[in-house]
Amino acid sequence: MNVTLEHLTKVFPSRDRKVKQGTVAVNDFSFEIPDGELVGLLGPSGCGKSTALYLICGLEKPTSGRIYFGEDDVTDLPPENRGVGLVFQNYALYPHLTVRQNILFPLQNLKGEERPSKEEMLRKAEEAARLVQIEQYMDRKPSQLSGGQQQRVAIARALVKTPRILLLDEPLSNLDARLRLQTREEIRRIQRETGVTTIFVTHDQEEAMSITDRIIVMKEGIVHQIGAPQLVYDDPVNLFVAKFLGNPPINVFTGRVAGGRLYLGEDPVLEVSGAPEGEVWAGIRPEGFRLREDGPMGCTLRAVEVMGRDMSVLAAHPACDTPTFRAIIDSDSRVDRKSQEVRFSLRPAKVFLFSKETEERIPAILRGEEGR
Amino acid sequence: MEQRNGKAWLYLLPAILFLGLFMVYPLIDVFVYSAEEGYNSASQTYFGAGLYNFSYVLHDAYFLQAVKNTFILVIITVPVSTALALLISLGLSSIKPLRNLYQTIYFLPYVTNTLAVGLVFMILFKKTAYTDGLVNLILHWFGGNTVDFIDGPHWAKMFVLCFYTVWVVLPFKILILTSALASVKQDYYNAARIDGTSSLRTFTRITLPMISPMISYLIITGFIGAFKAYSDAVALFGTDLNAAEMNTIVGYVYDMLYGNSGGWPSYASAAAVILFAIVLTITCVNLLVSKKHVYY
Repeated sequence: MNVTLEHLTKVFPSRDRKVKQGTVAVNDFSFEIPDGELVGLLGPSGCGKSTALYLICGLEKPTSGRIYFGEDDVTDLPPENRGVGLVFQNYALYPHLTVRQNILFPLQNLKGEERPSKEEMLRKAEEAARLVQIEQYMDRKPSQLSGGQQQRVAIARALVKTPRILLLDEPLSNLDARLRLQTREEIRRIQRETGVTTIFVTHDQEEAMSITDRIIVMKEGIVHQIGAPQLVYDDPVNLFVAKFLGNPPINVFTGRVAGGRLYLGEDPVLEVSGAPEGEVWAGIRPEGFRLREDGPMGCTLRAVEVMGRDMSVLAAHPACDTPTFRAIIDSDSRVDRKSQEVRFSLRPAKVFLFSKETEERIPAILRGEEGR
Repeated sequence: MEQRNGKAWLYLLPAILFLGLFMVYPLIDVFVYSAEEGYNSASQTYFGAGLYNFSYVLHDAYFLQAVKNTFILVIITVPVSTALALLISLGLSSIKPLRNLYQTIYFLPYVTNTLAVGLVFMILFKKTAYTDGLVNLILHWFGGNTVDFIDGPHWAKMFVLCFYTVWVVLPFKILILTSALASVKQDYYNAARIDGTSSLRTFTRITLPMISPMISYLIITGFIGAFKAYSDAVALFGTDLNAAEMNTIVGYVYDMLYGNSGGWPSYASAAAVILFAIVLTITCVNLLVSKKHVYY
């Protein structure tokens, strides 16, 4: 079932009666989520991503705009008639019911012809439990389960009445680091097996990048970019998206375009065409640095962190927005730790230019100088 | 280690001393008195030990009347007041405008003097030679027969006592239940809504189990409180409760201690021990039942 949002807007009225203007949690959302995809709604805290989710499932009413599931306009339908399954951030499992009773709960609400027989219900509950691999805990209470197991029960409860859309609100935020890795793979697997269109909300870009088919990056109620994770990472539309995606984060420098060259401070680092002359923000991914003795970018070496697979160099540059920036390089490169200075050249594909005023991406073509 | 133990006992000493002197000793004393036959508080003498006091009390028509009254009071007021309080708190938590005003109104009886309220109730229900009283006027209005609720038939007096008790105990229960209802997380209701749970089912399967510890607390304390009722009856029917056939067990104990001819502490103690046994039994039953039905 594909989900289409048309100019969806949600304004929460202000609590203070003197202030007429409310808070715009979701501002003019228009996008389509294709059938069977796993989509991540990504943004910092308070950006309206949970509100967007609640609008889709019907717990909140939109101020304006329409929501379609396939061809059906569901904007005015109450949540129970939309056929959605929602997994809450804190799971919201009924603590006084066993796992089996929790999973059965949605089925027992069905009335009339939709209501399956008792055996059918039990069979469906077993099936859902098997899908999330918790069938051996059916008679336990939620409090006797670990966080990850509770999460699975919550997913089973959301899936048991075969919803058209599965929604997950920050599904991994209550889990520890190891479980988080495991559970996100699990969510991916379950989604693949059921083929249900899934939207999940997260503030963790790594989580979103790792398992989704498509991410929607939003901030302050506005969608900034939609696309496959790698595409968004490699081609951010503005400085916010560039900063938000990637771990370690992108390094931001104040740059200057002059005479077809990009200067960081006094260092001419890359050739550039298609960018207006003047000051720009230059975002450089940590993996965009290459250690070269004759590199154009001279920096002060601050620290070297060896992380096994690769190596992280902390250095300072006068044009950098932050006191130090981080470069990730191969672990077999040699860094003279005693030296005060370190020189880099840049990989053009990992450098993005943004307008100083609007912070929008400048569609410039960058070329390395080493080729000459 | 022993040094530390000694210190601990030293710190505990004041509390142990006071509790022992004013709680444990009198408690034991009550049991002792209840077994001493013919105890005289002036001469501090008695002529034997046995169960005669219990036998006397259990054959005393006034005591049996008091037990009957107390049980009626308990059986009627505890369920009625708890159910009413639950209804009112559900109403309070589902309305938004004027909630604070309603909360204040429902809480007023809690801060009012029970004796004063008792007098007001008496005036409302009483029928005198000059006036029928407000309640009877209303009854008459609807074509009913007037009844003297204060000096009339036993059932009418019992009705007033129950009505009054329910009214007095409601606010505390409402207070507890509204806060219990507020502590149920909104997420559970949201989850129920998405699953299309009817409001009745949401109430019976989610709300009720979630607040069951508080309900069980209210029922247990309600039982104990109602078994100890006395001042309410005095406020409504005066101090000669035996004559009004409206005595309670605690009232009987009081009358036996300070009654018209100087008192029979042994009979009073025996009645107190019987009350203790009743309350203990009921509370144990309550706890056993709640173990099955209460989710913690």
